[in-house]
Parts: sequence; C-alpha cells; structure tokens
Amino acid sequence: MRKTVPLTIVFASGIFMLAVFFVPHRRVQDTSQVLLEWDLVVWTCALFLSGLNLFIVNAKKVRRKERDWGYKVVLLVAFLTTLVTGLAWGVRAGTPFMFIYESMMRPLQATMFALLAFFISSAAYRAFRARTREAALLLAAGLIVMLGRIPIGDMIWHRIPVITDWIMSYPNMAAQRGILMGASLGAIATALRMLVGVERGYFGGEG
Amino acid sequence: MEYGTAQEPRQKQGILERLTAIDRRIIFVIIGVVVAVPVLYPITLPVLVSPPVQDLYDAIDELPPGSVIIMAIDFDPTSEPELYPAYLAIARHVFSKGLRVVALGYIAPGIPIGERALQIAAEEYDKEYGVDYVNLGYKTGMTVALLMMGKEIWDPYPRDHYDTSVEELPLMHEVHRLDDVALAVDFAHGVSPDYWIAYAGARFGLRVGLCATGVMTSQYYPYYDSGQLFGLLGGLKGSSEYEALIGAPGSATAGMTAQSLAHLVIMAFIIVANISYFIVRRRSPGA
Repeated sequence: MRKTVPLTIVFASGIFMLAVFFVPHRRVQDTSQVLLEWDLVVWTCALFLSGLNLFIVNAKKVRRKERDWGYKVVLLVAFLTTLVTGLAWGVRAGTPFMFIYESMMRPLQATMFALLAFFISSAAYRAFRARTREAALLLAAGLIVMLGRIPIGDMIWHRIPVITDWIMSYPNMAAQRGILMGASLGAIATALRMLVGVERGYFGGEG
Repeated sequence: MEYGTAQEPRQKQGILERLTAIDRRIIFVIIGVVVAVPVLYPITLPVLVSPPVQDLYDAIDELPPGSVIIMAIDFDPTSEPELYPAYLAIARHVFSKGLRVVALGYIAPGIPIGERALQIAAEEYDKEYGVDYVNLGYKTGMTVALLMMGKEIWDPYPRDHYDTSVEELPLMHEVHRLDDVALAVDFAHGVSPDYWIAYAGARFGLRVGLCATGVMTSQYYPYYDSGQLFGLLGGLKGSSEYEALIGAPGSATAGMTAQSLAHLVIMAFIIVANISYFIVRRRSPGA
C-alpha cells in the first residue's frame, strides 16, 4: 500500500499532464490549472521544509558543539535575522531586510564569485596544456574565442571576431546540439521510467 | 641535452622550471592589478555589435508602443556585473520606445537588482509603477508557474513583489496570459532559459530572448540558430554591445577594458606555460 498509492498518483497525474498537451478541451485545461496550483503549493511547502530542515540540522550541530559549530551559529543568526526582518518590515527599499541584502548578502555573493577569476587564471596556467593534438585544437580555439570576445581582438585583426563567430556557430554548436540531444533523450527516458514505476528515486531510497 | 653539464643550461632550466611551477599568489596579484587598474582609470574601447545582440535589439525596437514584455530576473548578485548592465540597458530601451514591462524571477536574491534597474530607467523616462511596469517578484516552482502563466498569469501571481494585489495594478488588467505579452527576455545565470524556451516558447508560442552570463552563452547557440531564441546577449561583452546600441555607455562598456586586459593576461599565462612545458619536456622526455 505504501508503494502502490504513490506509484498510482505519479502514473495518473503524469499521464493526465501529458494528455493536457494534446487535449485542448476546456475542462481538461481547467483541471490541469488546478493541479498546477496544487503543485505550486507543494513547491512552497518544500521551500518552507527546506528552511526548517536547515535550521534543525545546524541547531543540532551547535548544541552538540560539532566541528566548525561557530560558523553554524553565524548561519543561524543570519538566517533568523533575515527571516524576521523580512516578515516584520517587508522588502521595500530602506527596510532592515534590504539593508542586510545591500550591505551583506550582495557584496558577499559578488565577492565569492569574483574569486573565480583568480582561480580560473591559476588553473588555466597549470592545467591548460597542449599535451595531445585534441588538446592543442581546443587550446587554439579557446585562445581565438577569448581574443574575439574582447574589443582588442578586433583591433589586432578585424577577422578575429569573424573567426570567433564561426567557431561558436559551427563546431561549438554541433557539439552543443549533440550534448543537448543526448541529455534530452536521457530526460525523456527517466521521465518514462518514473511514470511506469521503474525509477523510484523519489521514494527516498525506500522503493 | 643532459642537465647540469654547463652553467648556462642550468640557469635556463631553472627559469623554465620556476615558470611551470610559479607560485599561484603571483598569478593572483597580477590578475588583481590588471583588473583593478582599468576599473580605477577607465579607458573606453570600441565596441563591435555581434549579430545575436543586434537581433535582440531589433526585436524589441520593432515592437509597437504599448506592447508588454516580460523581463525575467533569473540571476543573483554573483552575476550582477555581467547582467545588471544588460537589464538596465534593455529597460532604458523598452521605456524609451513606450513599451511596458512585467518583471518577475525565479531566483529570489535577483529581484532587488532588477527592481533597481527598472526604477532608474522609469525615473529617466517618467514611467509609473503599476501602469508602465510591475514587479511580480519571486516565485518558487518555475516550471509550474510558467505553465500556469500560459493560461492565467494572475493564478501564480495574485500579488506583486510588494504584496499589492494585482487587481490594483492597471497594467495587469491587460495581462492575463502569455498571449498578452509580445515577448520575454530572460536574464539568466542558470538553467532557467531551458524552461522559458520549452514552456513559454514551445508550449505557448511566446518569443523568447536571452541575456546569459559569458560562460553560458555557447550552450544556447543551438537555440538561437533554430530561432527558438530571437536574440542572444552573452556576458559583459553583450551588455556593452547593447549599451552601444542604445547610445548610453555604462558599467559594461567601462568593464570591458578590465575584461580585455584580464583575457590578454590569461592568454599570456597559457602561452608561457605551454612554451616552458614543451621546452622542459623536450629536454627531459621522461619528465
């Protein structure tokens, strides 16, 4: 029963939502809108649960004084402060929530991502070697695209942006199309497996 | 050649070995300086507009005044330097043409960034919130929200970002379904364009354009080539191109100098590393 009921729900709702794409009847379309609203409620509940889970997991680690528990205190304080200020004063400009966002969250996120430039430079220096013919080809294409993506490339030789566009529009696109088709076929296969109950990962390992 | 047989080769070998195993902190310092100096002392470089960005501009430019476009804020502060200038430039273009905007997003921390750009552009062109533009804010469950929007936008978005009922926003009385929208532009740093293309585009026939981060752009060329994206703007470079098209150079144009120099330095690093690698390998094949 614990397996049959969820599997039946998945199968029935999956088949119905597939049918919605092909059946324009008003009643079918209206029913699908109601189902989608339920889905949105589920998503919102999942968001609430994930927040709650984050709090419980980290609070336990702080209580037990596990490794790096001090960082978890910072996380919990930031989490609660942001939550309370957002709920109490809203998210308009000038509110405490926006102060936290503008003066802490935004610069911290931007800084973390900006560090990537340094690591990419270091990694490119150490790892990007033309060890094989294929690697040499990739290296040459990469250098041309890097040059073609900056105004200086055009200043050096006006054909560099043209060659860059050619690389992006032909070899790159051919490879990307292959990847896309493979990924799409994989996604369709997984969806079908879920629909017929072969793929049961959503049971959380109990299927 | 055998190592250490003469003073000169030993010195050369030392330099090359040092180059192949250079302390990464030196690389960090060089990159830091190269990026910081042009930001502090900006030099404007000429901007060449690429066809995908020109197509994006043309599609918006050709819309009749009063048309509604969706500007989706699917990025957060990590991609702000790349995508905020594009958002601001397109908001300016849209308002200058008398078009109206519905902003929304599926990455919560991005909403205030888009809101800021819209407020700046609205102030410049004397546009009013609720009449000329609205911000529907963040919604979880992107795929579900997009599917619902095909039939009734008010269902997933009964209230705007500021908790005002959409009934109180005059613009929203004209926007009920994706059919009421002329086109959508997704400003993205993740997988959201896949959903805009598959659901809003393929399912409901909405024209979709994309402003993506630089690293994402190559991935979306097939969609642009097939016409599933009417335009494609990539990273800071694309943003600077759009700024050039509207005749308002901004932070992207200024940032291109820093990006140009950083690219050149990284290229120099790669070339130097490869030259020293090959020389060292030729001298000692087993290494």
